[in-house]
Amino acid sequence: MPPLVKRLASAIGLLVAVLVLNFLLIQMAPGDPVEVIVGEMGGASEELIARLRAEYGLDKPVIVQLGLYLSKVVTGDFGYSYYFNQPVLGLILQRLPATILLVVSSLMIAVVVGTLMGIYSARKPKGLLSHFVTIFSLVGYAAPVFWTGLMLLILFASVFPIFPVSGMQNVRGSETWIGAVLDVLHHLVLPSVTLASIYIATYSRLSRASMLDVLGSDYIRTARAKGLNERRVIFGHALRNGLIPVVTMVGLQFGQLFAGAVLVETVFNWPGLGRLAYESILRRDYPTILAILFFSAILVMVANILTDLAYGKIDPRIGGSRRKAPKPKGAAQ
Amino acid sequence: MDPVLEITDLKVGVDTGRQVHSVLDGVSLKLTPGKTLGVVGESGCGKSMTALSTMGLLPDRFAVSGGSIKLMGEDLLAAKPARMRELRGNAISMIFQEPMTALNPVLTVERQIAEVVELHQGKTGAEAREIALEMLRAVQIPSPEDRLAAYPHELSGGMRQRVMIAIALACRPKVIIADEPTTALDVTVQAQIFRLLRELQDQTETAIMLITHDLGAVAEMADEVAVLYAGKCVESGPVREILSNPSHPYTRGLMACTPRLRLGAAAASAAEEGLGEIPGMVPPLGRFPKACRFAPRCALADARCHAEAPPVVPTGPDHSALCWHTNKMEQVA
Repeated sequence: MPPLVKRLASAIGLLVAVLVLNFLLIQMAPGDPVEVIVGEMGGASEELIARLRAEYGLDKPVIVQLGLYLSKVVTGDFGYSYYFNQPVLGLILQRLPATILLVVSSLMIAVVVGTLMGIYSARKPKGLLSHFVTIFSLVGYAAPVFWTGLMLLILFASVFPIFPVSGMQNVRGSETWIGAVLDVLHHLVLPSVTLASIYIATYSRLSRASMLDVLGSDYIRTARAKGLNERRVIFGHALRNGLIPVVTMVGLQFGQLFAGAVLVETVFNWPGLGRLAYESILRRDYPTILAILFFSAILVMVANILTDLAYGKIDPRIGGSRRKAPKPKGAAQ
Repeated sequence: MDPVLEITDLKVGVDTGRQVHSVLDGVSLKLTPGKTLGVVGESGCGKSMTALSTMGLLPDRFAVSGGSIKLMGEDLLAAKPARMRELRGNAISMIFQEPMTALNPVLTVERQIAEVVELHQGKTGAEAREIALEMLRAVQIPSPEDRLAAYPHELSGGMRQRVMIAIALACRPKVIIADEPTTALDVTVQAQIFRLLRELQDQTETAIMLITHDLGAVAEMADEVAVLYAGKCVESGPVREILSNPSHPYTRGLMACTPRLRLGAAAASAAEEGLGEIPGMVPPLGRFPKACRFAPRCALADARCHAEAPPVVPTGPDHSALCWHTNKMEQVA
């Protein structure tokens, strides 16, 4: 089987497993959607409750419900949200771009800032700024993300009202296309910095260790012996090698980033999947929760595939069937 | 002929934080265009430190504390870092011991060779590529066009060392320092690399400083020899003189330690003789004896050797040794 086919097959298998497990786990969890609906309605007769159960198929045995659910998902139907009263798929597609925007920009901030900080403190491990970097990143790592978010809100939206308090767009909207983009970016700053703050620590420590290791290696001495200046030694020779563990970490952390997004989106009222997840869990809105978990799994898989591709780009030893390199005899090692 | 590189009374120390230990104590060497100087000694005697001082690439904590290093009359120890970068890889280049780790694993062979040409000769694009190709041909790598795009891990050890040599030679340097260039290679490959270096030297009139612990390599390659022991140059002279009439007990000891292949009846007598050894080991930094540094391991040592530093004694044409007992050499080994 060609590698890509193999890969897709295993991805599909994994997705089915995600669906089934999530479905069963939610069935086991306490709480009853009908009771929540009834509670919001301010009470209802036994008759109405029974009718609601029948309508949502909740009176059937679990295994039958699972079968029904899976057969519908295959056709792209993720059911009907109990709470939002609209098809789940539409609900999710509406929220997905906001989350992808938030997660990807946070990741970029974390990787770029973290790596630069790491490079700096690897170059001058005993410098004052290095200690500052260490403290800063540890605080960012240790502080709960919702607390960091609230602090940033108080500081930069209330005390110094530079950034908007919540949401993704200005209520009044914007007339021009460019104005709308700037508006979204303006709203994006605080949430993405908040989400990035946890991961900056990871990346700065990781890239520091990795750069220290790389800078001590023989090929860096070779690069210096060529007469390259420090900047070219670092960015031309050391960085690509130093980035290898960072890329690995990006792939591993993508899932966690989604978990972080739930909190950040809730704090900043960001209209993404995370907040949707939070709301639908509160309402016991099972079809929505299941679909969110399903789509997050897809995103994590896509991220992992991208990471692997990036990995092969950065490290030619992993690239595999990249090109028809003539293998010389005795080219072991 | 005027020496192209002249090291005079070089002193290097290492700062351990508590005190400064002497690593090199008054090493003087001369390199002549088109000739090879073999620098011989055990590990820890200061060979590599001599090379790295010349390149201006001493590791942290190591510093030159005296003497001079002159490349075509220019004092390298007084040169500014920017000037040293101009010279490194250009007028003076280095081949390292470990071809496995001395090349950058994530850059192609072309990039690693072309880089020096771009840096020092201002060549770009196709021109730099053409020179890289020419260099691969010069170091006799088979199908050089294909190897340009290869990464180091796709090449064998001997090939990688050829690439290292190509990098070192790319700018036609006046001086090449080869630090144990064949130690990590198979014997058959060693012979090829030495032959290649000799051929290239004949074409380019480059002076080579060959650092090695292998007297076989010296016999094959060198015109002149300097024997280092514990940071001092204990014997120096033309290679024939040194090998036929070693005038320092340490040189004699090293020669006795070199296995020789003999056949037939000679083999039996060789087995009876066994392989020589020098008792003890090179003293660690900071524990060098005050008077003659070799005295504790020397068969000829007497009270004077332990009390007074020996003088430089001329023992032949251009041949001298640092010993009180140059006239008693027959008694050793």
